[in-house]
Formats: sequence, C-alpha cells, structure tokens
Amino acid sequence: MDLRFRDAEPTAEERAAVDALLGPPATAWDGGARTATDLRFAARAEPARDLLLPALHAVNDRVGWISEGALDYICRRLTVPPAEAYGVASFYSLLALEPRPPRVLHVCTDLACQAKGAQDVRRRVEERLGAPGGSWQPSPCLGLCERAPAALALTAGESPAATVYGPADPDVLADAAEPAEPPVEAAVPQAGQPGLVLLRRIGVVDPASLDDYRASGGYAALRRAFRLGPAGVIREVLESGLVGRGGAAFPTGRKWDATARQPDHPHYLVCNADESEPGTFKDRVIMEGDPYALIEAMTIAAYATGCAKGYLYIRGEYPRATRRLEHAMATARTRGLLGADILGQGFSFDIELRRGAGAYICGEETAIFNSIEGFRGEPRSKPPFPVEKGLFGKPTVVNNVETLVNVLPILEHGAQAYAATGTKDSTGTKLFCVSGNVDRPGIYELPFGATLRELLDLARPERPLRAVLLGGAAGAFVTDLDIPLTFEGTRQAGATLGSGVVLAVDDTVDLKSMLLRIAEFFRDESCGQCVPCRVGTVRQEEALHRLSGRVNQRDLVLLREVGQTMRDASICGLGQTAWNAVESAIDRLGVYK
Amino acid sequence: MIPLQPPRRLVDVQIDGETVRVPEGSTILDACAAAGKDVPTLCHGDTLTPKNACRVCVVEVEGARTLAPACSRKVEAGMSVGTGTERARQSRKVVLELLGSSVDLSTTPRAAEWIEEYGAEPDRFGDDAATVEQPVKVDNDLYVRDYGKCILCYKCVDACGDQWQNTFAIAVAGRGFDSTISTEFDAPLTDSACVYCGNCVEVCPTGALSFKSEFDMRAEGTWDESRQTQTTTICSYCGVGCNLTLHVQENKIVKVTSPHDNPVTHGNLCVKGRFGYGYV
Repeated sequence: MDLRFRDAEPTAEERAAVDALLGPPATAWDGGARTATDLRFAARAEPARDLLLPALHAVNDRVGWISEGALDYICRRLTVPPAEAYGVASFYSLLALEPRPPRVLHVCTDLACQAKGAQDVRRRVEERLGAPGGSWQPSPCLGLCERAPAALALTAGESPAATVYGPADPDVLADAAEPAEPPVEAAVPQAGQPGLVLLRRIGVVDPASLDDYRASGGYAALRRAFRLGPAGVIREVLESGLVGRGGAAFPTGRKWDATARQPDHPHYLVCNADESEPGTFKDRVIMEGDPYALIEAMTIAAYATGCAKGYLYIRGEYPRATRRLEHAMATARTRGLLGADILGQGFSFDIELRRGAGAYICGEETAIFNSIEGFRGEPRSKPPFPVEKGLFGKPTVVNNVETLVNVLPILEHGAQAYAATGTKDSTGTKLFCVSGNVDRPGIYELPFGATLRELLDLARPERPLRAVLLGGAAGAFVTDLDIPLTFEGTRQAGATLGSGVVLAVDDTVDLKSMLLRIAEFFRDESCGQCVPCRVGTVRQEEALHRLSGRVNQRDLVLLREVGQTMRDASICGLGQTAWNAVESAIDRLGVYK
Repeated sequence: MIPLQPPRRLVDVQIDGETVRVPEGSTILDACAAAGKDVPTLCHGDTLTPKNACRVCVVEVEGARTLAPACSRKVEAGMSVGTGTERARQSRKVVLELLGSSVDLSTTPRAAEWIEEYGAEPDRFGDDAATVEQPVKVDNDLYVRDYGKCILCYKCVDACGDQWQNTFAIAVAGRGFDSTISTEFDAPLTDSACVYCGNCVEVCPTGALSFKSEFDMRAEGTWDESRQTQTTTICSYCGVGCNLTLHVQENKIVKVTSPHDNPVTHGNLCVKGRFGYGYV
C-alpha cells in the first residue's frame, strides 16, 4: 500500500510506547531509521491493521493523547492509511487527538448515578476543575452502579494508572486522592449464600488463585467437555435451553452448532465483555470476582465450535477486570490450561485480550468485529450473520460473558439439571443489576421466574417506587412489580430483560431529566452510519428538551414518528431501541401529561 | 462489450404482489427495477458495494421484524416484498425529513421530488434543529468540498479507498451526528494523499463534492444544465482509452465525467482525464 504522510514526527516517548507493543521497526520501510540497505530493496511491511486500536491505546496510555506524529508512526508500522487511522481514533471517546493533561477524570452522569445525585457531583467538579474537556469529562455509565455516583480517573504515564471512585466525593475527586477500591463482593449482597450458581465463587474464592479456583470445582466442566467431545458439548448446551444474556436472547446452542458446521476456517470465538448498557455491571463482577470461570467457559466454547483463537473484548473503563483477566490468562497459560495441548487433550486455544476505548456501539455483535479488526466500530449489515462471516470474514461465535459462564453449570451438572431451574422458555438463573433508589444495590442471582417484586424485596427500595427501568437505556419503564423476570414474561409485559438492568426509580428522581439523559446517551453513542439513528437520536433529544420546558402535542407526535422510524429503519439494535425507554415513559408513566 | 457472467439460477420473488424472476444473488432493488418499481436511493452507487447507510430505500419484507434496505438485501426464493406499504413509506418520509432538516439537499437530484411525493416536512423540527451547516472547503483549484450538503453516504470514501482508487485520502472521522468526511487531522487536501482523480466527485449523490468550475459557475449564477451538451469521447493522454464525457456550456468544457457502464473504468478517471482539459 502506497501511503503518504505529512512531516509530523513522533516524540521519543510516543515511539517508545508503540515499540513496546509492536517491537522495534525492522526497516525504514515501516518507520525505522534509514540505512544504506533500505535504499537497495523495497521491503513489504506486513499489514497488521488489527493492532491499530492496541497501538492507539499504547500512545494514549503513555502520553495521554495521540499527536499527528504518533498517529503517522503507528500508520507506518501497521501499514494503515493515516486518514483511516484518524477516523478510527476519533471514533472512541477515551482517545484524545488534542493535548490534554495526563490525568483525566471521567465523571459518570448516567442513569444509575443520576438517580444518586450525579448532577451534584458534576456541578461541584465543574466548580473545582472548570469546564469539561481538559482534566475531566462527563462519562456514560462506568459500570459502577452499585457505588453510584461513580467516577474513574485515568492517568497516563510509563505505568498508566486507573482509580475508581464510588460513591464519588467531589472534593476527593478533584484532589486526585486515590481511595482503595472495595472488594468485588461488595457488589454482591448475596455473596457467600448457598444456592448461588454463577456467583458462588464471588467473595469466597481468591480471584487471583488458580488453585483456589480448581479446589472449588474449577475445570471440572472442561474435563467433562473433553469427555463429551465437541458435538456432545453442543448437544448439552442445546438441551439446556441456554439463550444469550446480552439482550437478544438467541439460543446459544444453535449459534454454536451453526458455527461448528461452517466449512470455512479458521473459526473465531469472541467474548463480548464490552458491557456498556447503562446500569449494567454483572460482567464486571464476574470478571473481577471469578476470572478463571470466564477463561474456562471460553475454552469450552472454543472446543465445541472449533476455534483456535478467541478474543476477549473488554470495555476500556474496566481496569480491575482487565488486570485480573490478564493475570488469570497468564497463569492459565503457564499451567497448560491455555495454549497448546490443553490438559493433554491435543486441543489448542488461546485468548487475546482487547480493550475497547469508549464506544457503546462496540458491544453490538458485528461492530465488535470491526473494532477488533482496526476499523471504526460500525455495525455491519446482516445477513451475512457472524456464524457465517464474522471476525476477519470467518465464521465466528460471539457470546456475552454471562452467557459463557452459564456453560459451566450446564456441563458440571448436565443439561437436565440446569434446565430444571427457571421456566420452560427461560432456563437457569439470571444475574440482575439492581441500582437506583434501593438500599442494597448490586448484582443478584435469581432463578428465572422470580418476580420483579421478589427481586426488589431483596434490594429494599428506600421509598415507594414510581417505576423500574428494565433492561437499561434500551429497555423500558415498567410499573407492575408482579412481572415475572423471564424472557417471555417481560416480552408479554411489553418490556425486555435486556442485559438484566433493574433500575429502581422513586419520586425523588426527575423523570424528565432521566429521559433527557437517555436521549443524550443514544445521541452520543450513535456511530453515525445510518440516517435514522444519526439524525433521529438528535431530533429525539431536541424534542425532549422542548417538552421538558412546555408540553405540546406536536412534539409528542414527532417523537413517535421519529422513534418508529429509528426502530424500523436503523441498521442495528442501537437505533432500533433508542426510543424504547422514552416511549414507555410517555405511555406508561405519563411523563408529559 | 459486456463480459459474460457464469449462469445463475433464477428465483421468484413477489414485489407488491407481482411475481418477478431475477437471478440469484440480485438485490431487492434489482428485483424492484425488474418489476418497474421506482424505489428512491441516495447512498446506493451503481459502481460501488452498497453501504445501505441512508435508508431511503427501505422496503417491507414479509416476516421481518424491521424494514430492509432494498439496495443491499439479497433476494431469497419466495420472498415477499412490499415497496409502497404504509410502514415503508412512513419510514422513507421521516428519513427524508431527517436528512432535509440537517443537510442542504438543494443540489441533490430528485430530493425535492421525493420530499413532495412522500409528504415530508423537513421544517417540522423547528428553527433550532441541529444541522451540519459549515463553511465550504475550497483548498485546491480542481474540486470543492461543501460538507453542509453531505449525507455521509460513504461513497466518496469507498471510491477513494479499496473499492476503486486505493488512495485512502479521506475517511469518516468522529462519531454520530458529528461525523464528517475528513483527511487525517482535517488537513487540507493539498497536504493529504489526494491524487485529484475526482472519482469521489463522480459518485457524490448530493453535490457536496463538485468541480471547482461548476462551483464557481453556480456561485456566479451562470451554471445552466439545460444549455449544456454532453459528448462522450476517448481520453487522449495514454493508451488505456478511458471514456470521457465532456459537459460543454457556451463552447467551454465545464466538467468531465465518465460513463459508469464502461466495462474497464466504471466511471473512474485519473487527474489528467478528469481535469487536464485546459489545452482544448
């Protein structure tokens, strides 16, 4: 590829950051110093576009922002046109293309934090640190909803640091103090109780210790998988009735089966840990509290579907989960549980961890492929579906973290035992992310079929509730607490379980500003590819602003028409669901009456 | 001469209740054309892979949860498609309103006609509705970028990139409503990888990209397509033999395009063929 660069040069620090990831450049052709031999032959640099996002991260982590010289150097190293790399870098909210201080505070202003006074935190941070943009910026949901209002400070440097604040005290935030993060089990009120399946190790087993994991039943499922063979594993998963927990509720066994049958090779496994739906933090808790479970489950999925390589795509705002998974993967590798010939069974599989960089849309099952491949995280149009043409154009199975860890109890106890819990159409247990106006927010695990009331009784609302937002920003408000929490039950009630968000809202919350926040969220996170979503989310927000001031029928009609068009004509689920919560608030809660 | 394609199986699809037989692998849009249905399109390019970004071509496929983009969805045997259903028309109307309220469509061919046909009211979002209005970028003598007219159809990016030119001078930058077509760090074209082939101008559906000659004449008010003639000839520069269509007004060449159905160049030219007519 013939690339053209301007004259910008990287600084020594930027160069070092990129070289630390990619190794020193081999020749002048890919960015090294020119030597006499370079003039005698033309080397063909191996394109490695998929390392673009990690390379951008490397510079951003080291320097705090990406200069033109750094971008050009990355492009030379990876053979990527600078215009395209610029397009990719400018897509992600955690990457900066203008100078900024090394320490940037991300103050969550999203739904769960808003219900807990995030506006106040934001106002006081602004008083102390000035207008957003430099040393701080408002942030979409950080996945720390049990500790709302939350904030995250990312500090660039030779050893980049991340500090989590929750509940955030504006004075502490601004002073750059570094409070210790509470243990992960603080997010699980049920921790240690008998009867838990997915959460049973949280707070009980040391998440860093592979021995502890094995002593508590770890890797029994993988051994059983090897005994059953790939087809046997898929049969178990099919019979268990497991469906995807990311929101779409697609039968996992069918996805695996379809991928396993594809003649094209290689097959890829992608674990979607880009958990960004406002109010969702269940995957974070699993990854922080039981990282080996995810690695074991990914190994089983890869074995069943014939993948030699898996990508674990984790959102950039999860520093502790990233750290723990990296540690767990390294330990598993040294112990022969990842890599070549796992458990001496002749099966080879390894996982590459990829960090997102602040884009909700990258949790969409095809946008995640583009992001991993080094393109803008824009969803692809389907068909073709991932099982046929996914990552790098190859058959790919993409599963959410919670879906994957469900495979462990299925294999440990058998499909029948697994399916005995829950209802006929929703088998097993489900993790719920309870936040908002409750005394005991956190992740709860309940068998499918429990009602919303039973769940809330555990979480203890502070005052009588006005509504519950089920499924996050892409979900719907409900008022009937007797809704059974199953896929079919919520569907019947005109709602969705989505990613398991249960956000309790009492009368202390201003619903209009909550709806505005939802609209703002979708406007910010729309990738911009298709017109209904790109412009529709803007028009929705504008109309809600007008309605907050004065209710008029014209805007309500307009909202409905724009909403329906987003739902009908958008490319992906983001646009298709961007109007759900607003619609339900208008119809069920009568917000603009 | 059109090269022969390997034989393809024919499949029957229903377009508005009428059975049409089209080769397997055709798009719904192809089938609509075969049935004589006029489905509006903006981001669809006859020489490019469909991006299906604009969504004005949506149709209702029976049994599908959402509407389907006709330009890219492949037909399947037995598929039943409604091109003018209430739901499809409503979506097209709102999409036209969303575009019309945020982008200057004044030079988009057929936009005004569709807005009237679908009863779209772009003004309904009020005077404060956000737009992509911005100053015109005039940074070279050959072509002009007026991104206030850009609907982000990705066609220029695809033509500049791996679908035709492989120059990669431009890409989509930013996210959401703030997305723009941009060079790296929004550098002027003269600093970018641009080779001025003008193949992006050739595919732009809205006039956001236009030849400097056309842009200047429009500004002066002398641009008048009714007084222009089009003459297709062969480029005299090299041995490839690309076809040039010379647009002539008052005995002066005002722009150069190239026929899209040319089996060799598919409407693409190089800087010489596109802009090197000063000697005529």
